[in-house]
Amino acid sequence: MSENIEKLEKQFQEKIDNEVKIEPRDWMPDGYRQHVVRQMSQHAHSEVIGMQPEGNWITRAPSLRAKKILLAKIQDEAGHGLYLYSAAETLGTSRDTFLQWLHEGKAKYSSIFNYPSLNWADMGAIGWLVDGAAIVNQVSLQKTSYGPYSRAMVRICKEESFHQRQGYEIMAKMMAGTKEQQQMAQDALNRFWWPSLMMFGPHDSDSTRSSKALKWKIKRETNDTLRKRFIDKTIPQAEFIGLKVPDPDAMLQPDGSYKTGAIDWEEFWNVVGGNGPCNKQRLDHHIKAHKDGKWVREACLAFAKNQN
Amino acid sequence: MSNTDNQGPLWEVFTQKKAGLAFKHSGSVHAYDKNLAIEAARDLYTRRNEGIGLWVVKSENIVAVDPEDSESFFEPANDKIYRHPTFFEVPDGVKDM
Amino acid sequence: MKNLFKYTVRLADNSLILGHRLAENCSWGPYLEEDISVTNTSLDLLGQAEEFLIYAAEVENEGRTADDLAYKRPEIEYYNVQLTEQPNDDFAHIQARQFFMDAFNFYLYSALKNSSDSTIAAISAKSLKEVTYHLRRSSEWLIRLGKGTPESKERMQKAVNDLWQFTSELFEMDEVDEALISEGIAIDLKEIQKLWKNKITEIFKMADLTYPEGGYQATGSRKGYHTEYLGFILAEMQYLPRAYPTAKW
Repeated sequence: MSENIEKLEKQFQEKIDNEVKIEPRDWMPDGYRQHVVRQMSQHAHSEVIGMQPEGNWITRAPSLRAKKILLAKIQDEAGHGLYLYSAAETLGTSRDTFLQWLHEGKAKYSSIFNYPSLNWADMGAIGWLVDGAAIVNQVSLQKTSYGPYSRAMVRICKEESFHQRQGYEIMAKMMAGTKEQQQMAQDALNRFWWPSLMMFGPHDSDSTRSSKALKWKIKRETNDTLRKRFIDKTIPQAEFIGLKVPDPDAMLQPDGSYKTGAIDWEEFWNVVGGNGPCNKQRLDHHIKAHKDGKWVREACLAFAKNQN
Repeated sequence: MSNTDNQGPLWEVFTQKKAGLAFKHSGSVHAYDKNLAIEAARDLYTRRNEGIGLWVVKSENIVAVDPEDSESFFEPANDKIYRHPTFFEVPDGVKDM
Repeated sequence: MKNLFKYTVRLADNSLILGHRLAENCSWGPYLEEDISVTNTSLDLLGQAEEFLIYAAEVENEGRTADDLAYKRPEIEYYNVQLTEQPNDDFAHIQARQFFMDAFNFYLYSALKNSSDSTIAAISAKSLKEVTYHLRRSSEWLIRLGKGTPESKERMQKAVNDLWQFTSELFEMDEVDEALISEGIAIDLKEIQKLWKNKITEIFKMADLTYPEGGYQATGSRKGYHTEYLGFILAEMQYLPRAYPTAKW
């Protein structure tokens, strides 16, 4: 039996090494299955919880154009959550279970969404920085070894390309605007810069699960590699419109890349552990919406049953 | 999950991009009945002009080949190269074939 | 021109305020697919509102833009029917409000697509396609909830009863309508009312819902009088442009 498993594991790794995608019904090690399910469901939760900080400004979007764009963007996030839940469901866990895990606090989502959105420029900062960081990660994940995850990522990357641009457009407009608008924009960057860098996760040296995920090609590049890619393209974008990243140690190096200051990991672990400014609010919101919808879902099931 | 409160069954969504093209698998949705399924599919998978035609089918109605059977299902086709037009020699100078 | 301006703004305001109410509901849906669908409806309505406002601004020809009209008009110059501003009390109220408006808009745009005003006709023709889909969905929801569980039936009936007082206003006409009807631009809402009532009766029957009778009927939106809700909607919606009047967004 164990010999058989060893053989299967060897074949599995050969497929991975040869860039053959793993499909739902293929044999896979339990560890791989667990890792993929956990990562996809967390990714899905992040998209869905991520609707809230932006949803906070829908009713106050300052123009008809801005209102439509913001709404369409939040809708995309709901859609991306849906693609990812579906991809995760291919491994046998239902969406109901994922939601239950989220509500019980067993499943995490990206800690960036536990920060409040306080002024309109935050809609710019979220699109530009948060979606920007997410895109760096997602582009890399298009090559992930699990087929349904990879396909979801390809679709998501296609749709996400407008998100970062719309965020940057808001920032650029505000920096070209009144003094008050410029202050809002800088304030938004100040608050979102470090949490965006934290989105890539702990340093490679402290990332416990990374090595396995890389061996199985669930993750294709390390946290630090992706973070650096994001920093190097974002700092010049900030400077181009007159914004300054809130890092006194940020410095351009001769090779064109940027050296940056130390990330406050204590804050990161606190927020991940549930002690961030909006952790409770975000989860309570989702739980309330789910509870309020119970009678609707029950009615749908009863109606469908009577139709058959 | 509870029988009286869940997300409903899973449906697979197929979209047709242009008239004349084959329908292609786009993804899936949860829906409680046929109307909700085709509407959810429309609202999610065609919102960027991805389709002019749409199918949904309950996932449980799809029959798939077990990966364990893939050798016996698919490899026997490998050596039937005479099914492909390039297998045949046609004398030089023959046109329109 | 004043009449045409007011008539166009009315059409815009119905879509704008209803679209705004639906947008408020984003991330509060009973499940993810429904959240996505409701957002589509909201986006359709906001798009219609913008097109009508662009045209209204053009008709007015006093230098105001569509955004000025949306973001700098006071309550008293908003002419949406009061039904559109009613809150998202629960999913049944959202769907009942939607169904009453969808049925109204469906017959309205079906007629207005033949308006002698070519812009109104064009926007109506485009909107009609969107509204046809909205009406399909909201009708289905009435039936699904009306025939779902005892709780959903009770909630749906309550929503219908609660909102009924705002339905007569849909068909009120004033001198604006009369002037434009004679030019072939506007349409006689008495005609629409008959069609609307038939549709409501048909769907209520399919949904096992009781047709409400009598009671108070709200009026006033033609003159800019509203329920207390509109003030709060506009306070939120107009906050940034009013707080920073020189800013461009």
